[in-house]
Amino acid sequence: MSTTTFAQALNRALRDSLAEDDNVLVFGEDVGQLGGVFRITDGLTADFGEERCFDTPLAEAGIAGFAVGLAMQGFRPVIEMQFDAFGYPAFEQVVSHIAKMRNRTQGRLGMPIVIRMPFAGGIGGVEHHCDSSEGYYAHTPGLHVVTPATPADAYSLLREAIASDDPVVFMEPKALYWSKAELELPVTTEPFGRAAVRREGTDVTLVAYGPQVPNALRAAEVAEQEEGWSVEVVDLRTIVPFDDETVAASVRRTGRCVVVSEAQGFGGVGGEVAARVAERCFHSLAAPVLRVTGLDIPYPPPKLEHTHLPGVDRILDTIARLQWDDQPDTTHLAATR
Amino acid sequence: MSTGVQHLLPCAEPVQLLTEDGTRTDPTSEVRERGYAFPSDEDLLAVWRQMVIGRRFDAQATALTKQGRLAVYPSSRGQDACQVAPVLALQEQDWFFPTYRDSMALISRGLDPVEALTLLRGSWHCGYDPAATRTAPQCTPLATQAPHAAGAGHGMARRGEGGLALCFIGDGGTSEGDFHEGLNFAAVFNAPTVFFVQNNRYAISVPLARQTKAPSLAYKGIGYGIRSEQVDGNDPAAVLAVTRAAYEHARAGRGPFLIEAHTYRLEAHTNADDATRYRQADEVTQWSGRDPIARLRTYLVGTGALTPEREEQVAAEAEEYAADVRERMNREPEVAPLSLFDHVYAEPTPQLREQAAMVAAELEDAHGSEVTA
Ligand SMILES: Cc1ncc(C[n+]2csc(CCOP(=O)(O)OP(=O)(O)O)c2C)c(N)n1
Ligand SMILES: [Mg+2]
Repeated sequence: MSTTTFAQALNRALRDSLAEDDNVLVFGEDVGQLGGVFRITDGLTADFGEERCFDTPLAEAGIAGFAVGLAMQGFRPVIEMQFDAFGYPAFEQVVSHIAKMRNRTQGRLGMPIVIRMPFAGGIGGVEHHCDSSEGYYAHTPGLHVVTPATPADAYSLLREAIASDDPVVFMEPKALYWSKAELELPVTTEPFGRAAVRREGTDVTLVAYGPQVPNALRAAEVAEQEEGWSVEVVDLRTIVPFDDETVAASVRRTGRCVVVSEAQGFGGVGGEVAARVAERCFHSLAAPVLRVTGLDIPYPPPKLEHTHLPGVDRILDTIARLQWDDQPDTTHLAATR
Repeated sequence: MSTGVQHLLPCAEPVQLLTEDGTRTDPTSEVRERGYAFPSDEDLLAVWRQMVIGRRFDAQATALTKQGRLAVYPSSRGQDACQVAPVLALQEQDWFFPTYRDSMALISRGLDPVEALTLLRGSWHCGYDPAATRTAPQCTPLATQAPHAAGAGHGMARRGEGGLALCFIGDGGTSEGDFHEGLNFAAVFNAPTVFFVQNNRYAISVPLARQTKAPSLAYKGIGYGIRSEQVDGNDPAAVLAVTRAAYEHARAGRGPFLIEAHTYRLEAHTNADDATRYRQADEVTQWSGRDPIARLRTYLVGTGALTPEREEQVAAEAEEYAADVRERMNREPEVAPLSLFDHVYAEPTPQLREQAAMVAAELEDAHGSEVTA
């Protein structure tokens, strides 16, 4: 066992994939000699050559479109969008081509492309560097959307993403790049489409993904110590495919559910999860499914991001509203009056 | 490294090898220097034949819209030389990146016409096998195929088997960002990719003057360091000669090539468009006089390569081709609702399986019988 950071796990996954399959190509902005602004591709050009890991012109649609052409020639491009919000120029390529190609061509032309993207905030980044854009991709049929929260998953899910015959939007929570685990690599965790119960509990289920998984775990500890609530934490791991089974089974056991998502809440993944839980677990629920999300605002400047981010306190406050004393929750009524 | 642009610049005037009345031009020194060799009668005869068949196909497709057999059809009548010559000059290993406008080019590449018309028929999106035909799905989001062609060209160069990518695009499409990113990527990676702009002077209703101030769209290559050329797009001999030179350039490892072909769309944008709202009849009449098929016919009759027998034979062939298209397109296409779920992913997600089961149950209710996937 050795201490491995999330970033190191990603780097090792890229290395192992490059070594295993000559068709894997890593490219994007500054991913070559520099090793990426977050150093995720550190040393790949030195070790595998400029042929396998290289810088491109600074144009995200071009990078994504170039990947489409290479995928048509049997390559497996792993491209990097330098930051979440800088993936938007590539949106048309991702949505209209990468996501749809297999379907458009009746299964004859798949797009085994991985779009790596540091996402979400909590690192004091200035505007356009902290967006949670997973909702746009999760809303697009044809894409897998993967949000690892642990170094082991960072490695294993990235390996699976690169081996996948379908496109994967691989969203790396930048706040977790420096998180560590005692880990021996390579490691194989559960495959795509399986959520993980990170902490068992009996009173309430917290469903979280990506950057909010550690927060949910911290909130669960505090809730247990201070309020005596036994909190289960489910890490979605992959938003698409979505693991209805694990989530619903947990909520049926606990009877209460809070969905935690860093993205702004309206129209987002958190709402989708809440709806799916309500549809499947209505008769097991002792309280409405609640969400803890970012505010419905453009991502705030660094000095205000703590107000926006769903922290432990907001999660605890929300758990407290789960009608423990059988009294209806009147928060929303109060707010509109 | 040369910092001059001379070696990239297009000719001052569009390259023309056949005049509008079908006689050979006296090639300018520019044309001679660039090695745009006048094609053989045999090659031109092949282009002429395919244009005759292509135009008959195009008319047939337009007719099919009137019978409701095609949802929509963007005709390329008048652009026949552009539709045929660049495609006939491709090798089998090359990849072709067409747009919605380029159905005639698809059949010129030898694709099955019914498969080629699948998108416009509305029974699926892409009806042919891109890998088997080395032809990308017809691209509707304008210019997005340009970076694909750059990537595919680069991919083929990596494989080292001598293939190249041919990317078609319209004049309007050259205003889109992806066109520029595609050119730039192709140039930076020295990809064997040939960009062929069919400047038919309109993007639906918007005239060329609203797309660009550039004296020729071919100049757009210069800023990227791409060798560029402009050609009379209604001159099949010139189109063939210039695309061949471009392919040679790309295959020799000298990087991408951009061609602007000056041509004209004689029909409306699609059957659903009313072109009288944005262009004058005399403009159409003028361009009708520059017909690429008539031009080449005059030339080939003059050289004796095209005999009345051959002409009759090809006319019959074109009729037969159209009759086959008509007959097959008049059959109701088979559509399978449950196939909607088959290719979203290689393996359907549990949620898609659930929805497929729901649709299967709905179908069963509707038909009172079991429907198989
Ligand atoms: C990104 C995008 N914007 C708008 C459209 C709608 N549209 C379809 S064809 C067309 C005109 C394109 O003109 P041009 O590139 O000159 O090609 P042509 O139709 O003349 O062959 C437009 C605006 C589209 N298909 N894609
Ligand atoms: Mg046009």
